[in-house]
Amino acid sequence: MNKKQSLVVIGNGMVGQHFLSSLMASSAKEHYHITTFCEEPRAAYDRVHLSSFFSGKTAADLAMADESFFADNGITIHLGDKAESIDRTSKTVLSTKGVKVSYDALVLATGSYPFVPPVPGHDRKNCLVYRTIEDLEAIATAAQTSKVGVVVGGGLLGLEAAKALTDLGLETHVVEFAPRLMAVQLDDGGGAMLRRKVEELGLQIHTSKNTTQIIDGEQCANKMCFADGEELETDIVLFSAGIRPRDDIARACGLDVGPRGGIVIDNQCKTSDPNIYAIGECALWNGMIYGLVAPGYAMARTVATDLAGETASFTGADMSTKLKLMGVDVASIGDAHAKSQGALVYTYQNGASEIYKRLVVSQDKKQLLGAVLVGEVSGYGTLLQYCLNGIELPENPDSLILPHRSDESVGLGPDALPMSAQICSCYDVTKGAICQAIDQGCTSIGALKAETKASTGCGGCAALLKSVMDCELNKRGFEVNTDLCEHFPYTRQDLYNLVVVEQIKTFDDLLEKHGKGRGCDVCKPAIGSILASYWNEYVLSDKHLGLQDTNDTFLANMQKDGTYSVVPRVTGGEISPDMLIALGQVGKKYNLYTKITGGQRVDLFGARVDQLPHIWKELIDAGFESGHAYGKSLRTVKSCVGSTWCRYGIDDSVGLAIELENRYKGLRSPHKLKFAVSGCTRECAEAQGKDVGVIATENGWNLYVCGNGGMKPRHADLFATGLDKETLIKYIDRFLIFYVRTAGRLQRTSVWMENMEGGLDYLKAVVIDDKLAICAQLEDQMQYVIDTYQCEWLTTIQDESKLKRFRHFINSDQPDDNVVFVEERGQIRPADEDERKHFKLMEVA
Amino acid sequence: MSWKYVCNVSDLQPDSGVCALVDGQQIAIFYMVKGHTVYAIHNYDPLGKANVLSRGLIGDIKGEPVVASPLYKQHFNLKTGVCVEDGQVAVPAYPIRLNNGRVEIQVTAPCLSEGQDHEKASV
Repeated sequence: MNKKQSLVVIGNGMVGQHFLSSLMASSAKEHYHITTFCEEPRAAYDRVHLSSFFSGKTAADLAMADESFFADNGITIHLGDKAESIDRTSKTVLSTKGVKVSYDALVLATGSYPFVPPVPGHDRKNCLVYRTIEDLEAIATAAQTSKVGVVVGGGLLGLEAAKALTDLGLETHVVEFAPRLMAVQLDDGGGAMLRRKVEELGLQIHTSKNTTQIIDGEQCANKMCFADGEELETDIVLFSAGIRPRDDIARACGLDVGPRGGIVIDNQCKTSDPNIYAIGECALWNGMIYGLVAPGYAMARTVATDLAGETASFTGADMSTKLKLMGVDVASIGDAHAKSQGALVYTYQNGASEIYKRLVVSQDKKQLLGAVLVGEVSGYGTLLQYCLNGIELPENPDSLILPHRSDESVGLGPDALPMSAQICSCYDVTKGAICQAIDQGCTSIGALKAETKASTGCGGCAALLKSVMDCELNKRGFEVNTDLCEHFPYTRQDLYNLVVVEQIKTFDDLLEKHGKGRGCDVCKPAIGSILASYWNEYVLSDKHLGLQDTNDTFLANMQKDGTYSVVPRVTGGEISPDMLIALGQVGKKYNLYTKITGGQRVDLFGARVDQLPHIWKELIDAGFESGHAYGKSLRTVKSCVGSTWCRYGIDDSVGLAIELENRYKGLRSPHKLKFAVSGCTRECAEAQGKDVGVIATENGWNLYVCGNGGMKPRHADLFATGLDKETLIKYIDRFLIFYVRTAGRLQRTSVWMENMEGGLDYLKAVVIDDKLAICAQLEDQMQYVIDTYQCEWLTTIQDESKLKRFRHFINSDQPDDNVVFVEERGQIRPADEDERKHFKLMEVA
Repeated sequence: MSWKYVCNVSDLQPDSGVCALVDGQQIAIFYMVKGHTVYAIHNYDPLGKANVLSRGLIGDIKGEPVVASPLYKQHFNLKTGVCVEDGQVAVPAYPIRLNNGRVEIQVTAPCLSEGQDHEKASV
């Protein structure tokens, strides 16, 4: 049997990681013991979407591989340990921490470092770079004490960095040496359009600026001085002026490097030492460093294939890009600057809509050589396919960029693409591979992504992938499926209408008439919610109980150990000392962990299922009612203290919040609903981050709708201004019922409105102008829900037969012995696994 | 192996689940009214690591009866205990029947505890 060889990979960035996963998928996997060195304290993460770190993503969200990837595949990873030197004679790698590993094959994936122009003062305090998560943390720290930030470099990365600074709330400037933004990818016209758009978004752009030095500022910590004599004061300077290959380790061991850096590689990505490969941004191929991830991935796959003993070569890569910079769509394809011999140019510019498009075609007008798109990039996929596959252009190539009426079919249907057309450049997935996956049974985007990896890199090909899939499914006779689940061939909206039109009151009735099978955890809660919204019956009655989702089933929120948390309603966040004491007494009596929620109430954790009725009996006796924290329903109406106490308050926000919460409490909806009311435009209640937000002004109430926090925060849209209370409530009634009637399953108000044809304007037309003539119905429906409100906990504890369920065992009074608490900071918490083992041992002993 | 009485049908929750303690084991018992069918699997969710399966929603996927774990919503086949999303994961399933309004079960205790010990040891 052959002894396994040793493979060492230096660098675990995106390309290094892609190499490892490509290798794991190939037959070469069996032949190597793999060791990798990663200088950073964490394994590879997604640098392409780094700025999302500032809009809420965590380092874990950005991770490229599962935590278990290395262990599962028997790869040794040295985190936080840099490979320091290579000894090519003894074929060993030595790390900073003194780890020495010998290799049979070595892959350098050392990446690049940000170029910092050597101007005097470049190393002053808060002069930073933008590449690693540590860099981002340093930027976030610096931003806490800063007002102004400057990004040096107006390229792709520079604008990403500028977005990060804007997200951190800084006045943001971009300083660019060239006369336009994104000088590599865009022409003058495209650069100017991009500039106009990002300036509208609040960025201040300074082009043709050559920084000469950075010195002490007067208003800010730093001052940048330019060659033209101008100056700019700033607290933070963020360098994003390009990258340089990290080739020092290769240089030190005598590998060939380019005159301006970069480890020289051949078509197999081999360096001047045949046992050593280099891939990604550290590698110099044909005199060129590729600063994009897709070519790095292509090199990684080449090496993995070569190691498997098969032939593969890297022969350059397409540098076309499509991205969203600060919300502005920008794309560049091929020869954007029309440098090819005899190239002809078409441009289309729409100043009003801020769209710029440019086509570069061959002299005979038959081939597309390049393109620039700013503001509107829906044609990117089509144009890229023309360019890459040499597909002959239509007679009038400008028809590809001119606006067209919707009934004209312009562009290249996915059907016209050859099977060899590359759909996903990150993972090199062709149309042929996608068709093959469809033939093997992948009939959804999710399944195609899992099978082919297409669209799981930068995601730029998502729309193209979807259109290829739809087209191919269509050809194979599939219909695109919008059914709720396998039991109901309807959408949620269809089912709501069926319930209304046929006055259906139970799941079984609906299933009998319009469904099949026994239902599942998708259709049951969705229909349970529809029935509850429309009929507003007690959700734990025998006919509805089996439909309820985890939390509704016991009218409390299930936690990780199977215990529950209890949240009584505290309308508007207003609570008397006596009520607070009552809450405290209950918490103390049942030894519950207590925490204040973001919705201005108190959450009591660690209640066993058999304790719930006792806890609620005491809470109800003290004057509390259900807070519906367990339901997809109205949660809270948060408020600031308002004009009653606040020196700046314009109106009584607490009073209105209490009134709204009492009006809509108990309303079941497709997703949870949150409201807030602020007493003035200082907006202390954060109403613009809620499904319904109300802000007091001198002229009346302003109504905002369809905002939310959470994973994808969305700022609410201003819906109507200067309303009196009666009109305000009327609009909210209509808005809510229209949402309940027409939204998809688990669809938040924000997504509901964004998917609505006509969007906010249409919603206004329905709710304010009564365009559909349904407002009276909507109001009646809301009035019915209000009139039939019940505190579900009061109903439950009053009915002896309902309490039978609130036990852990149907045939024993024992509690669940798996629920074990330990104490932390003076309160209980669930024991972790180690602690649990300890408890079990103690019990046995 | 003999049938052991657990409770009466009237103690079960229609189209939902309850948990029973049988020979020291937590057993999740589900009752589908249509067809008058009962199923029994262990109550411990090996993925969520809590005794909660009896509180999950039941239904069918491609005709097979399943419960969705209330914690992270993986489905377990009520006849076999096998996890639909990951065939490597399973919970014990037990023979159960309705006998004149009485719910009766066969619990294979030794086999189960061995399985559990294995799992605990490997944690």
